[in-house]
Amino acid sequence: MKERVRRIVMDHGRLSVASLSDADDLYRAGMTSHSSVNVMLALESEFDIEFPDEMLTRETFATIDAIVGAVGSLAGAA
Amino acid sequence: MAAAAFHEAVAAAAGVAAQHADDVDARARFPREAIDALRDGGTLGASVGTAHGGPDVGFADICDACRVLSRGCAATGMIFAMHHIQVASIARHAGDSAYIRDYLGRVASEQRLVASATSEVGTGGDLRRSIACVEDRGGGRLGFTKNAPTVSYGGHADDVLTTVWRGPDADASDQVLVLTARDESGMTQTGEWDTMGMRGTCSPGFEISAVFGPEQIVPGEFAPICSETMVPWSHLTWAHVWLGIATSAVGRAQAMVRAQGRRSPDVTPEAGGRLSAVVARLQAMRAFVDAATAEYAALMDGDPAHLSSFGYGLRINNLKIRASEDVAAICHDALGVVGIAGYRNGTPFSLGRHVRDSLSAALMIGNERIHATNARILLVQREV
Ligand SMILES: Cc1cc2nc3c(=O)[nH]c(=O)nc-3n(C[C@H](O)[C@H](O)[C@H](O)COP(=O)(O)OP(=O)(O)OC[C@H]3O[C@@H](n4cnc5c(N)ncnc54)[C@H](O)[C@@H]3O)c2cc1C
Repeated sequence: MKERVRRIVMDHGRLSVASLSDADDLYRAGMTSHSSVNVMLALESEFDIEFPDEMLTRETFATIDAIVGAVGSLAGAA
Repeated sequence: MAAAAFHEAVAAAAGVAAQHADDVDARARFPREAIDALRDGGTLGASVGTAHGGPDVGFADICDACRVLSRGCAATGMIFAMHHIQVASIARHAGDSAYIRDYLGRVASEQRLVASATSEVGTGGDLRRSIACVEDRGGGRLGFTKNAPTVSYGGHADDVLTTVWRGPDADASDQVLVLTARDESGMTQTGEWDTMGMRGTCSPGFEISAVFGPEQIVPGEFAPICSETMVPWSHLTWAHVWLGIATSAVGRAQAMVRAQGRRSPDVTPEAGGRLSAVVARLQAMRAFVDAATAEYAALMDGDPAHLSSFGYGLRINNLKIRASEDVAAICHDALGVVGIAGYRNGTPFSLGRHVRDSLSAALMIGNERIHATNARILLVQREV
């Protein structure tokens, strides 16, 4: 799953994650609130999930690890 | 200073502002008398926070002051609002910087007036993009050159807070807030401020060519400064300015209808129905703005995650859009109640200044730009 998440962040967050570790702050690396929406939509489509509003925070999408955790909890609950 | 003394000083300054409002508007001049009164009353330190030597005045008190001042002179109210937006953006994100702490103490003790240069030729009202870039000027000094199209009271402020791109290696949205005194800001005026309304804000363009030290960069990251402070303070204090304009306009309409009623005590004036409609709109605007103010006042010192959530962003954006549309509609409708005496300048019922001032609201960060941001949020946010 981590590889799929990384690819989505790379394609839709307009970031090069090749040089980023899983714990690096994506916002510091240049993801904006605008491009984070692209990432969210692509994740929802890829994993067939819906992020509940309370998960739509900076923290949820701040790192690859955080995204993997969030997607895992939603995909697991489905 | 406690809140009571603050409101007393604001009320006194509002009287001064009202007295000079027409002259300020006619000559597009700085409302010097009213700003001096606000300074003499010690009100410019209100957003510094008690921790930094400021008075014990809350966010809602500052909003209230914006409204009260704007009933008499909207330019004065808007200058007061913009100053406090800048000071709050510094104070609430000062980290443990000794330089900034000392600076905030001076805002309170010297009553320094702070202007802002966020918009830029080439980015318009996009707060999250800067072209001007921090440059190394050698010897530990930094610099930037920014072409700012609109800097309110830029020729009258003591200091300027400017958004600047962190550097050519940084991502496009990685900005810093730089605080410079006017005499180190190298400000060259680039145009005139001869506008339809808000003429007393004296907001021409400036080329700012500043040299400064690294300690003059506000420590906090810019994204949270925006979501937790700069955006909500802007939208809410502006909304109170607009509420002040709308309240004054409706007051003039009501005075007109009352005068008609006194002339023929046995018949309700024909304009009474239209007055009722515009009062309904004013009351709805007030309820909406007050609710949003209370919401922010309750959240501002709590978990910052609330303020950076999409849901909150949507609400505070819509507060700006609605309040800016309301003020223009209310001033327009008030003119319909008053008739020609409102259209003519120099009568007790004149509404020209109100209507012209109100039309700036939708342009100050263009509403279409804000709708475009909301459109993004609505792709993922569910509860609205
Ligand atoms: C009274 C007053 C005082 C001001 N004082 C200051 C100040 O002190 N400091 C400062 O920095 N700025 C100040 N400003 C500027 C203000 O903050 C805005 O930046 C400015 O009004 C926007 O200028 P613009 O219309 O040229 O720019 P733009 O933001 O470029 O907008 C141009 C037009 O395009 C529309 N638009 C933009 N983006 C989109 C989009 N994505 N989708 C659809 N439509 C879009 C807008 O709605 C607008 O109609 C002041 C403005 C006013 C009216």
